[in-house]
Amino acid sequence: MTREVLSVRDMVVVFDEFVALNGVSMSVAEGESFGLVGESGSGKSTLLRAVAGLNVFESGTLTVSGKRYEGHRRDRDFYRTVQMVFQDPYGSLHPRQTVDRLLLEPLAIHGFTDVDARIARALDEVGLGSGFRFRYSHQLSGGQRQRIAIARALILEPKILLLDEPTSALDASIQAEILNLLEQARKDRGLTFVMVSHDLGVVSHMCDRLAVMRKGEMVETVSVEALEKRAFSQDYTRQLLVASEGFRRT
Amino acid sequence: MTPLLTVDDLRVSFPTRTGTVEAVRGVSFTLGKERLGIVGESGSGKSQTGRAIMGLTPGHAKITAKTLNFDGIDLLSASAAKRRSLRGKRVAMILQDPKYSLNPVMPIGRQIIETLKTHENVSSREGRERALAMLEAVQIHDPERVFDLYPHEVSGGMGQRIMIAMMLVCGPELLIADEPTSALDVTVQLEVLAILDRLVAERGMGLIFISHDLRLVSSFCDRVLVMYAGRVVEELPSANLAAAQHPYTQGLLNCLPTIGSHRHPLPVLERKPEWAL
Repeated sequence: MTREVLSVRDMVVVFDEFVALNGVSMSVAEGESFGLVGESGSGKSTLLRAVAGLNVFESGTLTVSGKRYEGHRRDRDFYRTVQMVFQDPYGSLHPRQTVDRLLLEPLAIHGFTDVDARIARALDEVGLGSGFRFRYSHQLSGGQRQRIAIARALILEPKILLLDEPTSALDASIQAEILNLLEQARKDRGLTFVMVSHDLGVVSHMCDRLAVMRKGEMVETVSVEALEKRAFSQDYTRQLLVASEGFRRT
Repeated sequence: MTPLLTVDDLRVSFPTRTGTVEAVRGVSFTLGKERLGIVGESGSGKSQTGRAIMGLTPGHAKITAKTLNFDGIDLLSASAAKRRSLRGKRVAMILQDPKYSLNPVMPIGRQIIETLKTHENVSSREGRERALAMLEAVQIHDPERVFDLYPHEVSGGMGQRIMIAMMLVCGPELLIADEPTSALDVTVQLEVLAILDRLVAERGMGLIFISHDLRLVSSFCDRVLVMYAGRVVEELPSANLAAAQHPYTQGLLNCLPTIGSHRHPLPVLERKPEWAL
């Protein structure tokens, strides 16, 4: 059996009085691509943010590559292993920094020395030539920005990538390009993905296994093959599946 | 039957420091009491087409057309006052994100009544009754409570239903929906579309549905215009989507990941410069 790299046990996240995550567990194996689906407010993004240390979790355990983490404190090793790509490419890049500066920052924090070569290579890898290096994010389209966000995540050569709705702010045609890029990166580097999306089509395309979430709880975990064969037990999963098939006049 | 809306050779251009940007370059179509979909990527000019019909193009833009006619009214030569009287009353528009398109400092009920009072001579009581009836028509179960809420107190799906209520309260003949469900969850999308679909059918309006999602549009509309770089590259009845000829239309159809189709990598659009000619 493949090694488990990311494990969450009985995680609870509370915002003031509101229980956003109520005892959620997941286990992701090395090289696996794991999907989280659910509607807004189901806690799927909260789970991802709690793993990344952007939210505090009250109780439960988080283990990444055999190391335990608590609260929102993460060490440098953690961020060398885990990087995140956010939903809105318009909101996740610093508006007053050039692409060069954006990509330099993680390298500087982690003490890399061959920065020039790394930045050039990172831009190449996401299909943007070095011509983009000294532009500002407002000079780029949504798809190009998301490529920069992916380059920034990959530049530290992480093992695990957390993807929070990476394509839901993009057009259908651009979405295909970004999904292909992510898949290629995963193949080349043997990455582990945890991907959040409300679109079952996207998750089933990208992932091997997926968890359906609702109201802060995990409703069920199914493999993509089982999903295709309609071999799931929960009615809510079926509702999501119907919704993903598009509008039908009744 | 005379068409409700005639658009012939519509052009919208924006002067910029680096030269003129032509957002819409010669779009023509006619619309009766039917559902027309306009599909294209960002920057294809689909939204600017809708906005030009609505009269919401920024002031510095240049609009020309051989004909831009709504029910016998020439929209290009109509006065600002005339257009104001059309907008909201006979032609209405639903925008993408209710978070930005509703007034954040006015209760929902008052916003709906505001539309009514602008166009009709109604008493406060009648206004309130019609607003409540409209909220009920978009399947809001406790309209009395929602009436007094502010937009930040409702969810995205509810916000978009309120937006629909506000736009339909005056009984428009033409409704332009610009990505009405793109900001919503998949499950909520279907609810909102079903409500929109029912109201459009019941009240017999013309609908222009603008979206980047070709499958969604084709399941919702009778006819689809596919736009690329400011032009209509293909016009299709929705039922014949599979028979699309233009490689751009085929590309838009194929690039969506679906459950059960294992295509790795996904086919991507190859945009050929000659399509834009």
